[in-house]
Amino acid sequence: MVNKITIRNLNFWFGENHILKDINIFIPEKQITAIMGPSGCGKSTFLRCLNRMNDLIDKTKITGEILIDEKEIYSNNIDIFDLRKRVGMVFQKPNPFPKSVFENVAYGLRIHGIRNKMIIFEKVEKALRDANLWDEVKDRLFSSAFDLSGGQQQRLCIARALAIEPEIILFDEPASALDPISTAKLEELLGKLKKSYTIVIVTHNLQQAARISDWTAFLMLGELVEFDKTEKIFTTPQDKRTENYLIGKFG
Amino acid sequence: MKKNFIEKLLPIFASLSCLFLFGIILTLFIEGLPIFKTVGFFEFIFSKSWHPTYEPPEFGILPLILSSLWVTVFALVIAIPLSLGSAIYISELASPRMKEILKPIIELLAGIPSVVYGFFGMVFLAPLVQKIFNLPTGLTCFTASVILGIMVVPTITSLAEDAISAISKDTREASFALGATKWETITRAVVPAASSGIVTAIILGMGRAAGETMTVLMVAGGATMIPKSLFQPVRPMTATIAAEMGEAPMGSAHYHALFAIALVLFFLTLILNLLVDWLSSRRKR
Repeated sequence: MVNKITIRNLNFWFGENHILKDINIFIPEKQITAIMGPSGCGKSTFLRCLNRMNDLIDKTKITGEILIDEKEIYSNNIDIFDLRKRVGMVFQKPNPFPKSVFENVAYGLRIHGIRNKMIIFEKVEKALRDANLWDEVKDRLFSSAFDLSGGQQQRLCIARALAIEPEIILFDEPASALDPISTAKLEELLGKLKKSYTIVIVTHNLQQAARISDWTAFLMLGELVEFDKTEKIFTTPQDKRTENYLIGKFG
Repeated sequence: MKKNFIEKLLPIFASLSCLFLFGIILTLFIEGLPIFKTVGFFEFIFSKSWHPTYEPPEFGILPLILSSLWVTVFALVIAIPLSLGSAIYISELASPRMKEILKPIIELLAGIPSVVYGFFGMVFLAPLVQKIFNLPTGLTCFTASVILGIMVVPTITSLAEDAISAISKDTREASFALGATKWETITRAVVPAASSGIVTAIILGMGRAAGETMTVLMVAGGATMIPKSLFQPVRPMTATIAAEMGEAPMGSAHYHALFAIALVLFFLTLILNLLVDWLSSRRKR
């Protein structure tokens, strides 16, 4: 097993609030790592450190190291736009652009300078197939993405992220706005994607973490309480706080 | 439930506006339609000379319609880049402090009376235009377009800025997360998402420019010819009505012709407004 991401002594502040406290963790390559914990524990903030989306917010401060393939992503010589190309992200609420299905997926390709129409079409089709969406949208590629169902929109957002061929995909509670059937389809898709991508998923749904992930990190009040193989966390948690969370003492 | 006196009065106030609108439309029709006893509808709209005081008088408003069109279109040519540039800068790029300074200043532009714009155009811009382009007169279509363009900047800017600011954070984040730069996010995600609001802003600005009277009366030059060049005096419909209503004997053909011009203007702005309504209802969907 290879570590795709290594995080050492990560601290994060938003204004005066110390959101993430001295986090040390590694994310294994081509596996699913779930980050779970109660609301407000810093899960999403943690995720957004990995593609530097927090850079867009004022008054934040970050210390420590985040290495992807042994390279520090917060060093000065890193190209942040290239980083975000390598580290894709899917958000809590499906957020397609108000464009056609096709243009949504083609967006990232065009941004990164691909002009050839045939190549764009091939890559869009591949991304839609990889996101298990092609069969449902192939007859309406040029109608608005807003006409799709919520679950389809979320898979479209995944296809959009896949199109630019990232190495890592971050999922920020991707199923929280979806119905059970759409959620099942999404989880099936995640299982398929981990063969090719390193996946980090934030969830507050314990069953979801248990079902889909290989590794689980439990975060509480900005601290990493426990990190281990998912089956181990769910059967024999080492920390009392993890156990209490799992049996539903707080949530 | 018992309503008090004022509560009973309010619906009457509200319906008064409808009454005014209805009254104005009725007046336009009653006073405008009789001109078609003198000239045919198509002759009125499409014939090329407007000489209401000649013997026999000529009532062709094509030069006036074209003057209005030219002035409006070139006003938009000036206003659109200025307004969209300002709107994008204010909503996306300016620091909060800069935004606080710029927004009220641009909105102040809207508060200046049109006669002041006209005055500025006459004494400052017109001589400048005359000198730079070496023209017999500085009161031209171009001069009027520049002034009108500046006048509609606040309308288009503030509406376009609202439309752009209304685009959700989700859209921007989606773009950034795909590795787009700020500029790519603005031009390829945010502005296209706001396009129907921006088009609405432009159409409303166009309505303002087409209906503006005092400024064009003062700076457009007033020649009733088919415009052939930007640097020639023109006479838009609004200016014609304002300039000639005083001298047209009540009930004369000239008098009715001016009302008929107003009717044409009314339908023009009505169409623009319906277009805006249609666009914004489509946006809400």
